[in-house]
Amino acid sequence: MSDAALDIDRPDEEVEDISYLRAGHSLGSWFLTTDHKRIAILYLVSITFFFLIGGVAAALIRLDLLTPAGDLMTNEGYNRAFSLHGIIMVWFFLIPSIPNTIGNFIIPLMIGARDLAFPRLNLLSWYIYIVAGFITLAVVLGGGVDTGWTFYTPLSTMYANGMVVATVVAVFISGFSTILTGINFIVTIHKLRAPGMTWSRLPLFIWSHYAVSIIFVLATPVLAITLILVAAERLFGIGVFDPALGGDPLLFQHLFWFYSHPAVYIMVLPAMGVISELITSAAHKRIFGYWFVAIASIAIAVIGFLVWGHHMFVSGQSIYASAFFSFLSIAVAVPSAIKVYNWTATLYKGDIMIDAPLLFAMGFIGLFVAGGLTGLMLAMLAIDVHVHDTYFVVAHFHYIMVGGTVTAFFGALHYWWPKITGRLYNETLARIAAVVILVGFNLTFFPQFMLGYEGMPRRYHVYPPEFQLLQVFSSAGAALLAVGYAMPTFYLLWSLRRGPRAPANPWGATGLEWTTSSPPPKHNFTQQPVVVRGPYYYPLEHPASRANA
Amino acid sequence: MIRLVLVSAALMLLLAVTVVAAHLPLGPAKPWIAYGIAFAKATLILWFFMEMRSEGATARLAMVAAGVWLLMMLTLTAADYLTRSWIGG
Ligand code: HEM
Ligand SMILES: [Cu+2]
Repeated sequence: MSDAALDIDRPDEEVEDISYLRAGHSLGSWFLTTDHKRIAILYLVSITFFFLIGGVAAALIRLDLLTPAGDLMTNEGYNRAFSLHGIIMVWFFLIPSIPNTIGNFIIPLMIGARDLAFPRLNLLSWYIYIVAGFITLAVVLGGGVDTGWTFYTPLSTMYANGMVVATVVAVFISGFSTILTGINFIVTIHKLRAPGMTWSRLPLFIWSHYAVSIIFVLATPVLAITLILVAAERLFGIGVFDPALGGDPLLFQHLFWFYSHPAVYIMVLPAMGVISELITSAAHKRIFGYWFVAIASIAIAVIGFLVWGHHMFVSGQSIYASAFFSFLSIAVAVPSAIKVYNWTATLYKGDIMIDAPLLFAMGFIGLFVAGGLTGLMLAMLAIDVHVHDTYFVVAHFHYIMVGGTVTAFFGALHYWWPKITGRLYNETLARIAAVVILVGFNLTFFPQFMLGYEGMPRRYHVYPPEFQLLQVFSSAGAALLAVGYAMPTFYLLWSLRRGPRAPANPWGATGLEWTTSSPPPKHNFTQQPVVVRGPYYYPLEHPASRANA
Repeated sequence: MIRLVLVSAALMLLLAVTVVAAHLPLGPAKPWIAYGIAFAKATLILWFFMEMRSEGATARLAMVAAGVWLLMMLTLTAADYLTRSWIGG
């Protein structure tokens, strides 16, 4: 191909092929950087920190649940532990996890751009996140909140005695970080694609990030408004949710879930994009049904906005509305199912390379299917009456958010680690970690399906002794899961010092990010890439190209 | 400039109408009249202050999309509130 023809000479700027990691070592070169790759690293470090804090809260919860008496924490302390766990995990780990680390790093590389469209906005987004994070930490130190991550009224507005307003402000602020990221991604994908990178040649990782950016921009403001209303009612007695003041508590649930159901897709769509890349790379095949997978992302983003009422089936919502929301919830499962079928079909007759990223991807698929199918059960009106607000729901969303998204996050980290750091990690340890995580996860959360089905309500730490066996299984699983999550921290950090240097394309994958050096130069490519064919063009299916592959 | 002043004056007038209408014995028509006035105000603001009158098709489409979006949200929420009484609570 005639890549060289487009080699752009910039006489005023020497060609930068020094790696982005070596371009500057001062603190300022990190904290004032506008390089999307360095900002991704800043995010990676910060979300790992919050994952740790959220994890400590989870450990406390699981320890307390070992005994039916709930004798580790007070009732109030337990409420605060699970509230902090949920708030930190959702807004300070899961939502920024894949988009702001992997997405931030990889999106410009994948589409052949030098950076995101608004590099300073990108940095601002990180600072906003950090300000929100510090407020959250202040809340933790100041005693926390006991509202749960859902801030339901009238508990949050009238009865809760923790630092509700401060927490709400923290989440409100973090929302702006999310919105800025969404705008940045949308504009980047529209405007900065390399010559020849048409929409039909975009890797699916880009499509899913495009879809998630739409949700970022459209859903997050609703959360912001809702939380401000909670603060306004709590501080100034403005009647929005309190019936005594002419308000309606269910209005809060409508507004909250109008954001938060789309938000669950915020958490899973980027993961789906990761899986499409991991599967094609491991199978050395083009994705089965490219357009179906791409459009499914958009369909999920759109329909996901219309199902929020499934969280309110037993709240006193009109049964007619419930029937409608039940129908739409069943519809939204269709595009997700399409993706699962297409990933598995992609593996068929592939030249499969069973490395850690594939193991994580397979883990994702299995756990996501379990989470998605139980979601369908919950969407059935009659079943939901029985299992609403039980551990069944807790297991359902952990299968998707942790089994699905966190697993995909680890898969992505392993897959792109050589590109990000220029180092190779120990593959054997990585495979072991993938298996430990899978086993630990199921041991932790499968018993929770059973607990919930038998009637164990969520958010209680005192329970009948019959439930103890399953609770102990779950806590044991959590310990194993913690080991699984800790392992990568060690061998990945170790690889930074001792790992062999990574070649540009260790997986033999397609995609522009693999055509530049590992780690990439400061401006990503030494010459402007030109795209001449679609994504996932592997020699397995195109033998003629093997010679120059 | 003159146009903007005129539009602001029109908005003030509509505001006055809102206040007056709120105190008239209009019965069940009352909220619908209020919605109508609000719609008129929003249209003026979009058309003149948000400069939709001089925008191209894409920007207008984006504006309509935002409206449709809001409408969907309100409709689905109303699906709850309006049908709650159908089965006696
Ligand atoms: C795809 C990613 C998904 C994620 C991340 C997710 C996450 C969640 C979360 C966090 C909750 C609990 C909220 C709470 O009460 O604290 C929840 C509940 C629920 N989910 Fe999902 N979910 C997903 C998919 C689905 C699907 C595909 C369906 C149905 C087709 C579904 C149906 C439900 C229902 C009905 C509830 C409410 C259950 C109840 O409270 O009784 N979910 N989900
Ligand atoms: Cu939902």
